[in-house]
Amino acid sequence: MIRSVIVYGLVSSAVLALTAMGFSLTFGISGVANFAYGAFYILSGFLVWALLNYLKFPFVLAIVVTIGVVGGLGFVTYWSILLRVRGVVLSEVIATFALGVGILELFRWLGFVTYEFTLPSFIKGMVVIAGVPVDYQRLFIIGIALALVIFLYFFTHYTRIGLAFRGIAQNERTAISLGIKSDLTGALSLALGSAMASVAAIVILPLGIISINTGYEVLLIAVAVGIVGGLESVPGILVASLILGYAQVITGTYLKPEWMAVVYLAAIVLVLSIKPSGLFGKFKELEERV
Amino acid sequence: MRYRKERLDRGIKVRCDDVFALSSYREVLYLAMPKVLPVAILLIFPLLKGVVGLYYEKALVITCAISLLALSWDLMASVGLISLGQALFFGAGAYLTGYLNYAFKLSPILTIPLGTIGGALFSTFLLLPVLRLRGVYFAIVTLTLPLLLGRFIDTTKILGGGEGISGLSPLPNLWFELYVAIFAMLVCLFGFRRLINQDYGLVLQGIRDNDRAVMSGAINIYRFKVEAVFIAGLAGSFAGAFMTHYYQFVGIPAFAMDYSIVPLTAAVLGGPGTFAGSVIGAFILVPLSEALRGFGTLRVVFYSAILIICVVGLPEGIFHYMRRKYHQFERRREIG
Repeated sequence: MIRSVIVYGLVSSAVLALTAMGFSLTFGISGVANFAYGAFYILSGFLVWALLNYLKFPFVLAIVVTIGVVGGLGFVTYWSILLRVRGVVLSEVIATFALGVGILELFRWLGFVTYEFTLPSFIKGMVVIAGVPVDYQRLFIIGIALALVIFLYFFTHYTRIGLAFRGIAQNERTAISLGIKSDLTGALSLALGSAMASVAAIVILPLGIISINTGYEVLLIAVAVGIVGGLESVPGILVASLILGYAQVITGTYLKPEWMAVVYLAAIVLVLSIKPSGLFGKFKELEERV
Repeated sequence: MRYRKERLDRGIKVRCDDVFALSSYREVLYLAMPKVLPVAILLIFPLLKGVVGLYYEKALVITCAISLLALSWDLMASVGLISLGQALFFGAGAYLTGYLNYAFKLSPILTIPLGTIGGALFSTFLLLPVLRLRGVYFAIVTLTLPLLLGRFIDTTKILGGGEGISGLSPLPNLWFELYVAIFAMLVCLFGFRRLINQDYGLVLQGIRDNDRAVMSGAINIYRFKVEAVFIAGLAGSFAGAFMTHYYQFVGIPAFAMDYSIVPLTAAVLGGPGTFAGSVIGAFILVPLSEALRGFGTLRVVFYSAILIICVVGLPEGIFHYMRRKYHQFERRREIG
């Protein structure tokens, strides 16, 4: 029992981290809370499914095309909608929220609600770790979550675009005066965040079916992890994912699986009342939150 | 030859904007019309059952409920608190009313006020730790709260769980339903408009525009935020409490996304910050959505499209536009 909690807690933490990373990345860089995040996640799932089943793409090609398309969609969203309402928080929030709800409900209307929509796992089969059977897909999730964190670290520390991202995040005006384009960086951050939603969807969705309500849930997870960890900090995301992931698995194992969703609410309320900036968030603390 | 557009205030507007120096009945009419005419139409509408049909009479009740939610959204937005979860107020009021009626067999005369106040208190209490946040953070939390509460009720199977509580006592008759809904809406509309123009409302708007400045004026902004959320909660919870008895049912749908996104769309379409705009928005959207009932969830897509278009293309809203057209006339002038 305890061993299975340890192993599956890690898996569930990796799922949470992978889900939340794109949302927090976009927010950390451009200050745009992408409320269409969950919709992009589900859109990626259906896009891969459609490419595989209607156009008979090979799996790898379908994945690459989907990540590209959803990333591009993020870019276009920024350029066509968000750029016009930049700086007005109310409008930004409403616009992305409306876009997200619109996409999700459109899928619902088109009838993507049955149980036939599943993505294939990369490699079938399972392995026994410390006496607990784990299938390869779940190991992939842990691996890809780790790979993405490492990639992000190197990307933001050693590439020009990555450094521009950090510059804009730290102080937008100074960054502009050094010749970093604020709008382009914002658009790229949204594109990258959306592409990461797409990666998360492709890796995580094979565990279950693609359902519309997952879209809202993903947003909720991203928000809960972000608030607990501090919205713009990568270490915060990792620690928060570990806390929430294990808390979830422990409630699922020792209480009832239905109580798992309540963990998020409790975590959000607890963290907000004790340390509103999140466990690791310090930057923008004074200006934005309190 | 090139032209430019010139806008001029009407003479009466210049004279009567703050100092009332009316010189004829025509001017009295000019000032009173925009308020009296819609109210009169609203009050007469329930009498026209034979003309408009029962269906649209019932749609009016729903419209009033959505208007109340939109008004409460607008009041919170006036304090700078952007809510994406008006369903929280609606659901809290609805469930409390439903439970009181179901468990203690109280009559609607008692349960609706109790549910309104209790629901507002409950949601204010729930939002209390979050009120220190502003902007995006507050929006994020309000979006998740109704979803989580709905899930909570579903999983813990309290308050009827997934099936909800049905067979609640009905309201006396259609007339009662219509007039209570209309009066509640009008009281909120004119009450909020008056509130926001007083010193109290100025503080609220100050918090939205620059909370630091208000704090430096030795004003406790959290007290004002809590009070504003409570007042907004009263309007929202009343809608929930009333609709519970109207439907004679309360269930998870009370926390549904519809009750968050429709009031939001109404307020944004009508023009945020004016209250009248929220009501106008609701009176455009809800009948439209009743007419489009056959399209199912495509209606939500439709709302989303309206929202995006309004936010990007018409940020001032319909009400501001109408008011400008009413108070000013435009003419083309040659420019040399």
